[in-house]
This record gives sequence, C-alpha cells and structure tokens, in this order.
Amino acid sequence: MNEIQSSNCCSDCGNDQLEQIANVIDLYQAKPSNLIQILHASQQIYGYLPLDVQEFIAQKMNISVSEVSGVVTFYSFFSTKPRGEHTILVCMGTACYVRGGKKLVEGLQKILGINLGETTQDGKFTLEIARCIGACGLAPAMMIDKVVYKSVNPNKLESILSKY
Amino acid sequence: MAKFKMHLLICGGTGCNASQSQEIAQNLKNGLKDKGLENEVQVILTGCFGFCEKGPIVKVMPDNTFYTEVKPEDAREIIEEHVVKGRKVTRLLYVDPENKQQVADSKHMGFYKKQLRIALRNCGFIDPENIEEYISEDGYSALAKCLGEMKPEEVVKEIKLSGLRGRGGGGFPTGLKWEIAAGNHADQKYVVCNADEGDPGAFMDRSILEGDPHSVIEAMAINGYAIGATKGLVYIRAEYPLAIKRLLTALEQARTFGLLGKDIFGSGFDFDIELRYGAGAFVCGEETALIHSMEGMRGEPTFKPPFPAQEGYNKKPTNVNNVETYANIPIIINKGAEWFNKIGTEKSKGTKVFALAGQINNVGLIEVPMGITLREIIYEIGGGIKDGRQFKAVQTGGPSGGCLTSAHLDTPIDYDNLIAVGSMMGSGGMVVMDETSCMVAIAKFYLEFTVEESCGKCSPCRIGNKRLYEILEKITKGNGTMEDLDNLANLSRVIKDTALCGLGQTSPNPVLSTIENFYDEYVEHIKDKKCRAGVCKSLMQYVVDPVACVGCTACARNCPVNAIQGEKKMPHVISTELCIKCGACIEKCKFGAISIQ
Repeated sequence: MNEIQSSNCCSDCGNDQLEQIANVIDLYQAKPSNLIQILHASQQIYGYLPLDVQEFIAQKMNISVSEVSGVVTFYSFFSTKPRGEHTILVCMGTACYVRGGKKLVEGLQKILGINLGETTQDGKFTLEIARCIGACGLAPAMMIDKVVYKSVNPNKLESILSKY
Repeated sequence: MAKFKMHLLICGGTGCNASQSQEIAQNLKNGLKDKGLENEVQVILTGCFGFCEKGPIVKVMPDNTFYTEVKPEDAREIIEEHVVKGRKVTRLLYVDPENKQQVADSKHMGFYKKQLRIALRNCGFIDPENIEEYISEDGYSALAKCLGEMKPEEVVKEIKLSGLRGRGGGGFPTGLKWEIAAGNHADQKYVVCNADEGDPGAFMDRSILEGDPHSVIEAMAINGYAIGATKGLVYIRAEYPLAIKRLLTALEQARTFGLLGKDIFGSGFDFDIELRYGAGAFVCGEETALIHSMEGMRGEPTFKPPFPAQEGYNKKPTNVNNVETYANIPIIINKGAEWFNKIGTEKSKGTKVFALAGQINNVGLIEVPMGITLREIIYEIGGGIKDGRQFKAVQTGGPSGGCLTSAHLDTPIDYDNLIAVGSMMGSGGMVVMDETSCMVAIAKFYLEFTVEESCGKCSPCRIGNKRLYEILEKITKGNGTMEDLDNLANLSRVIKDTALCGLGQTSPNPVLSTIENFYDEYVEHIKDKKCRAGVCKSLMQYVVDPVACVGCTACARNCPVNAIQGEKKMPHVISTELCIKCGACIEKCKFGAISIQ
C-alpha cells in the first residue's frame, strides 16, 4: 500500500480512501463476480478510478490489472479522470434530441468553455451527455448531480448554473 | 385502504419528482393536519400515472378528479375547496386541447379512454413503498395459487396458453422460454429480470419498478417455482436511483412478510432475489452480454447456442425476462390464460406499454391493447402533433427499429406487423416527429448511438456501423453522391446478416427504413444540397432581406466571425464563405430581416 501512496499524485487522498476500498473488497469477499459492484463503491469513495486505484483493486482481489482495466473502460459509468464537484448530464435520448437537447449541449459548452467529457478549470462542473435519463415527458431535460431540470431552454442555463 | 373516506394520490415517479411532487405531498399532509382530517383523508405518493406532460398530477379518489400541473402552493386550495367543501378546483383541471373544455375526471380524458392497463395496473394507484397496499390489490395471491394449487409444469402451461411474448424487444414466447429452462436439469438454476432499459426514449421498465415493484418480485418467484430455480437476480441500470431504492424497500418487506426466503407459504419452496447494477452499456440489454456483466466481466455478447436456458449465469440454466413481461405474470395466473388470450391480435396477445414522446401534445406512458393503430395512439391518446404542425414520422423500437410514415398510420400494431413494415416493437419507445425533423439526421443520430455503444467484439458492428455513420455524415454535410446511397443500403444488409448479436443485427434498421420511406429526402440532400427540415447546418444559408433590413448594424456587431458587412442605415449582406451558421444574427435582429434558406 505504501508503494501506491508514494506514486499517488494528490496529497489529500490516500490511505484513508484506499482502506475504505479494501473494506469494500473484503465485504464482497474479493469475488471476481462482484467486480462491478466493487468498482461502483470504489468510485463513490475515491471520486474516480485512476490507474493506481485499479492496480490496488487488482492486487487485493488477486486478479490481473488488465481485467480490472478492461471492465473500467468498457462501462461509461466509470471514469478514469477526476471529476468536477458537480456533474451536468444533458439528456440526448431521442425525445430530448428532437426537442432541442443538442442546443443545450452547445449552450453549456459556450458558457462553461469546455467540451463534452471535460471539467471546468475551477473543478466545479463536469459536462457529459446521457443516453436517456427516462424523463422523456420533460424533454429537453438535464440533470445536475441527482436533480432533474425539465423543459430547459438555452436561455435558462445561466440561471440554473448560478445556483451552484 | 377502506378506513379512509378520501384518497389524494400524488405521482412520485422520476418526472413528477423533478417538479416538486414530494413538496406537494408534504403540503397536503400538513394542510389535512391543520383541519384535523388526517385520519379521514389519506395522502399517497404513488408510481407514474403516465401523463408526464402535465405533471405533477394529483388525483382525488373516489371521484377520479384529475388535477394537472399542480404546484406546492396549490395544496391549501385543494384541501379547503375540494376536501372540505366538496367543490373542484376548476383552474387545475385538465383542459382538452381539442375543444378547450375542462375535463372533470380521468375517465373522460382522451388520454386514458383507449388505454387498457394490465402491466401498469397498480402504477399511479398504490403506494409502491407499502407492501400491504399491493397485497390488498390481490398481490402475492398468484404466488400463493401457484405454490398451493399448481404443479410447476401447470404454471408453465398456463403461461404458454396465454400467448404472452417477451416485452423487451424480441417477442419470444415467454411460456416456451420457461419450458426450455424447466427441461434443463441442474443443481442450481437462476431467474433473471432484465431491467437494463437502455433504448433512448423508453422508460416503461423504470416506471413499473418505481410504481409497482412487488409485481415483478412476485412474478420472479413464480418463474423460479415454474422452472425449479431458487435464486433470482435483477440486473438494473445504475442510472435509476429511485427504482433501485423502491426495489430494495420492496425486497426487504417481502422477506419480512415471508414472501421471499425459506419455505414460502409453508410449501417447501425457497426463493430470494439479489440486485446487480449495470454501469452504462447499452449492449448489456442483450441477454448473453447481461449475464457476463452480472458475472463481473465486460458485457460482451457470445454466440447462441448455447442459450441462457441451457448455459447462463455461472454456466447454469438461466431464464431471462424483461420487467414488463414479468409485470404481466401475476395477473395472468390470477385471471387465467383464457382471459389474457382474448386481448390483442392473433399472434400478439395482451397489451403493450409505450413511452410516447417527441413532438406530440400528450407525452407520457401508455398501455394499449395489441392491434391498436398508430392513428389512435397519436391522435386520440396523444392528442395530436404539437403546435398544430404536420405529422411526419414515428420512430418505434429505438436504435433497432425504424421510422414509419403517414402511410402506416392505420396498420394494427403488433410484433409481426411492425417487422413487416421495416420497424420493430423493441422495448416500446415511440417518438413522434413533425416536419422540423430531418430524417437523414435522425438516421445519423441513431448510428452515432450504435457506434458509441458497440462493444467492438465483431467487425461488422464495430467497423460497419462506423462506415455507415461516416457516409451519413458526408450526406448531411452536402458532400454525398448517389453511389453513397447505394453503399449505405448494401452495407446495411451485410451488417444485418453478419453481426454477432441483436444490437449489430438491427443497428442498420434506422438507415434502411429512412431510405425506404424518405428516399426523396436523401436525394434532396445529395442532389439539391437541401435539407427541407432546416436541421443540417452545412446545407443552410443565412440571408438578409434587403427590404426588411434597416441597417441598424446589430447583426454585424454580434457576428463572432465578422461575416456581415454593410454601411449604417443600409441593407447588410452575409458572406456565406465566412458564416459559421451560429444563428447569433437572427437572435439579435429586431426586424425579422434574416432568414435561413
């Protein structure tokens, strides 16, 4: 574990979080069939899943790093890059697409000055799109963290963002 | 539910939750307390009513009064007027968009008249977090009937006789699937509920799990008994936090009531259910990919056979059914296969839930008998096209389906008819489009989705779909040739024939069906360099009308690339070479002098 900490880039995340991850792995009895649940929990603890965390999980579960990495990169829910304080998910399901979801993405890119998948310099927002959040009746919709915003139009974006 | 004189039902689905339905429920409860009525009137947060367009919904029972777009501050008036004085709050009633008349109760609303709610029977009616309400609606009596009066093979036979087909997309006969799994002997078998609803534009599974989780749990236990499995798994999207929460609550309650666990109803049958979370991969809706994902691996599909019923989860016989399919099971057992068999068409029995969305007046979740026409759905239930525009197409079946036109409006909808006209049932997404949608862009939209979601295992899907996308991109940019159009169709057929799993085999459907039904629009993009819907930016030109322009310079000052030239008080001109088509000039022009051609 010491070796991992020394290779870790940030100072405030370290032993504590890795210890929590180790506990989660124990809870799931380090079974390879529980890998996805373990990764869900680990991402919640650590915020994202960089390579050193993946290495740590692989070592603890006694499986190869490539297996862990293969799963992490397969699923869009897992992120290998640090994320902003808040995640903006613009719905791009068909219903939102035909009601102008693309304009929301363009508007947000302009306001935040970032592309899809990127995080603002102040670390506040990460901008992503979702393939249908199941709120088709509210199209076009977007989510900031767990709050759903309905019938959003580009003019409303600034005032929504100012709440954060 | 009998001891209360009146019930106030508030929709607590994801849609209405986003519009403060929790606060409305709290305000109603507080208001009742102030009047000392909390023991006479009950406030229930239910699952989805389906009428998401006009949410949040408050329904008053027993008189079926249907209040729409309710705000938290309206709670006081509902209590003082309706509950205390018995007068309806007319300003909150639903207004029929056709005749502009207020509708006093839900039974007279066009949206509900043609619906038949079987899978959604309890959604918007009971409190999904309270098992006693489910039990009072005959909940778990079907499980009791199976365990007490029926042999496993009789249960399979009943489901077979009902004619129920899989609601997840393929339409495979459910009873036959159970029979195959029952016939494979092993020390352990599994039943799996596929709740990895990934079609963009579909949310029926989410609504069932949020509104009636016990019906799925009961059906899985029945399925377990019928095929000889003691373990159940629900594979659910991590993107559905509310559905997960309600399902976990329901599982806990079922265990407390002895409806899951050891020796259920003293019959000697053991059964329990665990959850497995998806992590955002569309291909995991395919059953072999789903099983690999549940085993903790990459969700890549494998070749069938062996089918999951022979070799599935942990290499044991596994039966996989979708949420909506399961929601039909308890009521079929209770009312009998013959009752179910009378609903629907010859080869498609029962009802289907559709998520009606897009450019339509009544967006929401509907359940209709098989055999209904698109016209009835769009114009009677859906209330017609938004803002009085013209109907152009309806997309069914998500990325695996196709676009249908006005020529198909009177086709009775069932599994086989939809395939015959080049689309498919899919999981039930139904997105309605008007003339502001470009069909080439829609095909590109779906291909973009498939390219992103392709797992990459087989080359037809990984490479073929990417090439399809590139050709479509070329056409929407105005660089397409007629040869490209032939290539699109040929490549599509090759992908259909050679891809490994259902995702790849159906991914060219949006391309093929738009070429078939909207050929002229493709030709226009290629030959005339025109997009009649005004969607494909590269084919548009911004033009200043020299008569309407007063030369105020507002457009020129706001153009980010200085593409607009002109003297003060003189008509301005846009350089098409420099213009990036951002639309800033149109927004700034107060005289309506700039248009898109």
